[in-house]
Amino acid sequence: MKIVAVCGMGIGTSVLLKMNAEKVLAKLGIDADVEAADMGVARGAAQTAEIVLTSEELAEELGDVPAQVIVIKNFFDLEEITEKLTAAVE
Amino acid sequence: MSLNLAETLSSIETQAEAADWRAAIRLAGAGLVAGGATTPAYTDEMIAAIEKHGPYIVIAPGIALAHSRPSPAVLTGGLSWVSLATPVEFGNAANDPVTLVIGLAAKDHDAHLQVMQALAAVLSDSAAMKRLTAAATADEVRAVLGDLAAAAA
Repeated sequence: MKIVAVCGMGIGTSVLLKMNAEKVLAKLGIDADVEAADMGVARGAAQTAEIVLTSEELAEELGDVPAQVIVIKNFFDLEEITEKLTAAVE
Repeated sequence: MSLNLAETLSSIETQAEAADWRAAIRLAGAGLVAGGATTPAYTDEMIAAIEKHGPYIVIAPGIALAHSRPSPAVLTGGLSWVSLATPVEFGNAANDPVTLVIGLAAKDHDAHLQVMQALAAVLSDSAAMKRLTAAATADEVRAVLGDLAAAAA
């Protein structure tokens, strides 16, 4: 499974989101490749990814993509990430 | 995972006063400049990033990760720490108001991963965050971060 963590710049928030998503995925036993990307890269990557993780503001900016877009409010809340990822892969 | 953030931070400012989010970002930017991590142009780039993409950098309740992309204004890369005496609204419905601004500058997309891991470990530790945001001096912040690094080592 391919997942893209998106932020505006690709160096800060998306990297944190990728780290925490990987923690959650490992715990859930889901084999997935998580990539951190900025908005420009993400528009391309989101065409082939199954899931996009991002914040509310950026989800609006990203617009329509074929991937399922999951909005994360608190990037450090592993429970929120777990809940939303679990719902998305089911 | 034993990287000590206290040794990585370019600057630490505690209980600072900022009138609005731009002033808060300017404090974080000034910390990066003072630590030799960036030129002042990077501060403007961080503000422009929020004007363009919205206040998404408020990534968790009370925490803003101010940053822009790698650019000529980034000299060595670094992290600055600014805790605010009075919380500031960034316009992020889920996570306002902000009490801690971390300024982040990176030379490229990979160089700072170890730092980001250490930062994530600290920011996701809610007990540590209480002590860190309440800290009155930079030395207190360094002491808490040092304890965390020692515990993780």
